[in-house]
Amino acid sequence: MSLNILAVDDSRTMRDMIRLALEPAGFTVTTADDGVHGVEVLSGIAPDAIITDINMPRMDGFGFIDAVRGQHKHRATPILVLTTEAAPELKARARTAGATGWIVKPFDPAKLIKALQMVAG
Amino acid sequence: MSAPDPMAEIRASFFIECEELLEALQDGLEAMAEDTGDLETINVVFRAVHSIKGGAGAFGLEGLVRFAHRYETVLDAVRSNTLVADGDAIKLFFRAADHLSDLVRESRDDGILPEAEGDAILTELDALLGDHGVEEEDEAEIEFQPLGLSLDLGLADLPPPAPARFTINFAPEPEMYETGNEPYMILRALAELGSCEVTCLTDKIPQLNEFAPEASYLKWTVVLTADVQEAEIVSIFEFVDGLCALTIAPIQSDAPATQEVSNDPLPDLPVLPELTPPPARAAEPAPPQTPAPATKAKATPQSAAKSVVRVDLDRIERLVNLVGELVINQAMLSQSLESSGLSPHSDAMNGLEEFQRLTRDIQDSVMMIRAQPVKSLFQRMSRIVRECSAAVRKDVRLVTEGDTTEVDKTVIERLSDPLTHMIRNAVDHGLESTQNRLAAGKPEQGVVKLTAAHRSGRVIIEVSDDGGGINREKVKQIATEKGLIAADASLTDTEIDNLLFLPGFSTASEVSDLSGRGVGMDVVRNAIQALGGRITITSTPGEGTTFFISLPLTLAVLDGMVVQVAGETMVLPLNLVIETLTIDHSNLEQTRPGLNVVRVRGEFVSLFDLGVELGYRSAQDSYLDAVVLLIADEAGSRAALIVDEIQDQRQVVIKGLDESFYRAPGIAAATILGDGQIALILDPSDIIAQAQGSTLAIAPNLMELTS
Repeated sequence: MSLNILAVDDSRTMRDMIRLALEPAGFTVTTADDGVHGVEVLSGIAPDAIITDINMPRMDGFGFIDAVRGQHKHRATPILVLTTEAAPELKARARTAGATGWIVKPFDPAKLIKALQMVAG
Repeated sequence: MSAPDPMAEIRASFFIECEELLEALQDGLEAMAEDTGDLETINVVFRAVHSIKGGAGAFGLEGLVRFAHRYETVLDAVRSNTLVADGDAIKLFFRAADHLSDLVRESRDDGILPEAEGDAILTELDALLGDHGVEEEDEAEIEFQPLGLSLDLGLADLPPPAPARFTINFAPEPEMYETGNEPYMILRALAELGSCEVTCLTDKIPQLNEFAPEASYLKWTVVLTADVQEAEIVSIFEFVDGLCALTIAPIQSDAPATQEVSNDPLPDLPVLPELTPPPARAAEPAPPQTPAPATKAKATPQSAAKSVVRVDLDRIERLVNLVGELVINQAMLSQSLESSGLSPHSDAMNGLEEFQRLTRDIQDSVMMIRAQPVKSLFQRMSRIVRECSAAVRKDVRLVTEGDTTEVDKTVIERLSDPLTHMIRNAVDHGLESTQNRLAAGKPEQGVVKLTAAHRSGRVIIEVSDDGGGINREKVKQIATEKGLIAADASLTDTEIDNLLFLPGFSTASEVSDLSGRGVGMDVVRNAIQALGGRITITSTPGEGTTFFISLPLTLAVLDGMVVQVAGETMVLPLNLVIETLTIDHSNLEQTRPGLNVVRVRGEFVSLFDLGVELGYRSAQDSYLDAVVLLIADEAGSRAALIVDEIQDQRQVVIKGLDESFYRAPGIAAATILGDGQIALILDPSDIIAQAQGSTLAIAPNLMELTS
């Protein structure tokens, strides 16, 4: 099954890694550079799931999740947080904002795929 | 993981990104040091380190991760206002940034990480945090990280267990839906583990008039038979942990499943779509069609930001060469069309003119690709100043100007070494010791200034210090001692200053740690000359010394004036020619036999016969009616060069004279002209400098006398 994924991360390396992990598995990956850009990009696509970083310029991951959940059509779009942070309070904050799941970097491509399939089919 | 190749590519791109991040880090720290930053500055600084850590983790660069992590922890404390970054702390941050950049470089080149140095910095960083016990906590976190998402815990180590049976009770809370989790997916994931008997408990669903569309009414009971550990089942519920009521209980293997509950197996879950908020489902049918518009929609906003394509330098190099050939070809074509006697107003000639303009545009655009701001280079220098000033215990500030000046990438790379050396010299030799500065009534902090600018088609880089200036007495004495000049030589100030460029010259009274390692200014000068540049020096006692470097904007093309000298065709850089004139009785003056000057608008300028200076012929008896090019170099000194004939003014492609040619004074490079003829490209300043000893030295005095 081909899923459309929006990956938001300010690190080009991370965006490339996500692409490299997901595209061979048949995912279609669209990327954005930060929260603000993510919201812009989102207006033109209907992703099956969103992956986002937390520490980003202009709009961080929490802000981005808020903004996505604020849009009616994305109230239930799965959002995975992909970050180096593992602090429980940050996890809780992301969850309150409406994050679906949390994956700690560095990620294992197989597990990322599994997690995406898990939340988005 | 897929083929190693894309990984290697991403790894390479990670290190490029690191350079950018380090630059941002550097900028941010500078803003903090000068207190010109705002709230966002510390965030940028933090994120730079954080992103380096993130990427490094992905490539298993543990040393880098370890350092970046603890550096980041301290920055985080500053970010959250639990730590105030004072001057000392910022100095430490700079050192940490320098170390981080070392680590990045060593990691990239698979080198050996300078652990000891890093540990020392880490200790200091940790000390900033005080005794919050942060360190231990951090270590634990690092160890924890690689665990990541643990969907299949410990499977490999264990003997295959007999099929186990579990009863799972699963009741989502409304929050579970709000976070975008979906029971269907979870049930499906369970079904992938083994065979499932799923019962949906619908008894909580109220009457329609009491039905709240976003409340959670359904519960499931699953009896799972699978070869799995309980942990694996738990991991399926990882994302919804705390967002649902969940019990997982193993069923004793010998006891058959007591409840006969499987009247509602997995495929029959039609209730679900209504439960999740409708829009999520509505999005589902669209995906197959969306990708195309998706990328389009993305392209527009992104171009507003910064759209970057990374290209292998080799490819650009190839393009530059091809464009070079194109220029030559175009010149040949125009020459052959001209000689075929076509009217200059013919279509072909008009078309050719257009072609010429296009060629030039292409050339400029190609050069633009290679151009880079000198900022990265200057930042490296600020590090040199920091390290260097610490080593010699001087308080030094580096001031940079013109960071955004764009220069050919190759030039930037090759400038790094000579500049490093000059900066070291400025800090070590140029600036006086703190006591001497105070004694001279100067501020304690010395200033080294580094500027870049474009001037008349060249790049001008200046390195100056506000130190004591060149001690000419001492320079002369050393030169005499080393036998570089005769003891009784009478030298002008400029000539004495230029002694610094002689091989093996060192003025430091004792060899310090920094400079004086046998690399002299002669090496610097050679490096600059190899780039087609020139270096000059000016110094004022008590006020400081300035090195003045002039470099070609590009290493590939030159606007040249084609001249004939003694039967040879030569090319002079057009930007140096400020005027052409013809000699007659009214403007020629002989100051003494062999030295002629020419009067140009009331000023006397030394006159040189290019043919003589290049050794093609001996001096003519009379220079009346000779054609003269008035040359001004970047430093402002002027001279008049006699040529036989001016032929043309055109673009030429520079063909470097490589190592196998003797570096002839005054010759910068060669080129191929339109008719296929090879011509030498001259460096007039060098020619004048070579002639300086015998004639030019008198000119300034003469000018003073006459004006």
